[in-house]
Amino acid sequence: MSLQTEIIQFLLAGITVGSIYALIALGFVTIYNVTGIINFAQGEFAVYGAFIAITAFQKSRLLSGNWQVALEWPLPAAALVGVVITTLVGILLYRLAIQPARRASILSMIIITIGAAFVMRGAALLLWGTDPYRLPVFTPGPPLKIFGAILTRQSVWVIAVTAVLLVILYWFFNRTLTGKTLQACADNPKAAQLMGISPQRMALLAFGISSAVTAIAGIVIVPSTFMTYDRGLTLSLKGFVAAIVGGLSNPAGAVLGGISLGVLESFGAGYLSSGYKDAISFIVLFIVLAVRLGGFLRRRGSAGERAGL
Amino acid sequence: MKRLLIARLGSPNLIAFLIMALGLAAAPVFIDNNYIITVLTIIALFTMLTIGLSLLMGYAGQISLGQATFFGIGAYSMAIFSTRLGLSPWLSLLAGMILAGGVAYLLGMLIFRLHGHYLAMATLGMNIILYLILTQQVDWTGGPSGFRGVPDLSIGGMTLSTDTHYYYLIWFFALITIALSLNIVNSRVGRAMRALHSSEIAAETLGIDTGRFKLQVFALSAAYSALAGGLYASFLGFISPSSFTINASIKIVLMAVVGGLSSIWGATFGAAAILVIEQWLRTAIKSLVPGASGEQEIIAFGLILMLIMIFMPEGLVTGAGKALRARIARRKPERAQPAGG
Repeated sequence: MSLQTEIIQFLLAGITVGSIYALIALGFVTIYNVTGIINFAQGEFAVYGAFIAITAFQKSRLLSGNWQVALEWPLPAAALVGVVITTLVGILLYRLAIQPARRASILSMIIITIGAAFVMRGAALLLWGTDPYRLPVFTPGPPLKIFGAILTRQSVWVIAVTAVLLVILYWFFNRTLTGKTLQACADNPKAAQLMGISPQRMALLAFGISSAVTAIAGIVIVPSTFMTYDRGLTLSLKGFVAAIVGGLSNPAGAVLGGISLGVLESFGAGYLSSGYKDAISFIVLFIVLAVRLGGFLRRRGSAGERAGL
Repeated sequence: MKRLLIARLGSPNLIAFLIMALGLAAAPVFIDNNYIITVLTIIALFTMLTIGLSLLMGYAGQISLGQATFFGIGAYSMAIFSTRLGLSPWLSLLAGMILAGGVAYLLGMLIFRLHGHYLAMATLGMNIILYLILTQQVDWTGGPSGFRGVPDLSIGGMTLSTDTHYYYLIWFFALITIALSLNIVNSRVGRAMRALHSSEIAAETLGIDTGRFKLQVFALSAAYSALAGGLYASFLGFISPSSFTINASIKIVLMAVVGGLSSIWGATFGAAAILVIEQWLRTAIKSLVPGASGEQEIIAFGLILMLIMIFMPEGLVTGAGKALRARIARRKPERAQPAGG
């Protein structure tokens, strides 16, 4: 393989993985913009989306083999049920844990979402065990060739789904009334409230959208990589780093951040050390925090703090 | 040194401290059970880990989700410095504390001026990086299978070898940690921070350098954790990366939350309560779901974290104490009313 092909190969791999980080980052940004909360359980939504879809798709042995499930639905239906149930989990999380504590400090909110992540991860372990799970590729077939580099069909799915979701979200936030209401809530919650918008209903909606987007990320990635119950935390952290790189409140920035993080990781793993691949994103985090210190300082109060959420 | 430790304790704290010290000193005489002695020793280690975090959360209003990093730095410093670099075990213990404190100080300088989520995420990231280093640098750390043969500590030519020796040694250090922390809490800055209910702006208006105070508390909490780590490594003689994961860090958060943020005494209670609940849950889950394995107790831990934070954001011990006092205060005027009207 020539150097040029190699570089293109790493680039394609990076964009694929980066698309997943971008989707999770979008999940972070959606919740943060409306509520000012960083949801540490974000990555768990990806795990749940994937696991539920897999359980609906193939014969599964849950609860350490004590519960046999044989739904064997077609893949699209299984994927849909994965997204729908995960969205319900997200809504439930808001209703049961976030809303009752909406006046809590940032510190308490961090601990609450960390607790939620623990509950979800533990429940996933109890239900699905420690085994790695995988879905079949959506459309089997030979991979595509781009300048000599290989792009699997699943990677095309991942990139396409990310692009489509981005367009839908853009359209939703900028062209529909509900979307504009959400944005109004993010921009100026006090004024939005005076216009008769309920910040709590908007926060609920944000949690719903966010968990759905992240569940989709989990489902599209699971044919190309194994999913285990404990992947949620790493996914959360990478999505968060991507969101921070993109400025935390900017959806387009989140997508750019996710893709650049994926590309950086891909090249880092290829040319530096594959063992330390996961460390790259945190080194990026430290650098971004150090550089952006001034920028963040100027905007102390987040949207949610001002809303009193 | 002694005066420095006791001077500001105040009498109720001093009495509680002396009772605890005497009780702990006498315990091995009555308990002839190695298992219980070991459990008590581990409670002492987690007391040290929890106190640091309680100070950070209760007084600096910041949270670290990576305290196990410093615990790990302490443990592996003890292991590596004393074997590969030929330092004495005591010096290795000190080196670990300095290293952990330094890492915390640097990270704090980078992040403490940012509010809210950043330290939480950065400390999580730090924990993952440490875990990667511990599993990847096999030549130094022994990799995922762990590090065997951490030397014992010795005092005046006597090598500490039995569980009871370590019980006394580790509780000795835990008590020093408690005394030192009580002093900090009752220091000028500590009092000011508490009086102002950690309102930073108010504190800064009064000329208190809150940034420096936070940084010092964070570095101190790291040094406490490294001390616990070094002692832990010597005590067990074997360490592996699995003791220093993010789950361990969150467990320390849980202990601090149960103990009540900003409560020094609560830290010991929190550590003991969670360690006991953990043992109980592991057996309970195994009997409930046959064939279950792994850390399923984290479901309960997560639930406890959420419930306490939703209903008692100051932590269980502190929150319960306040609720009780409020109830008594509310009852008094009720009784006074009929007489008045």
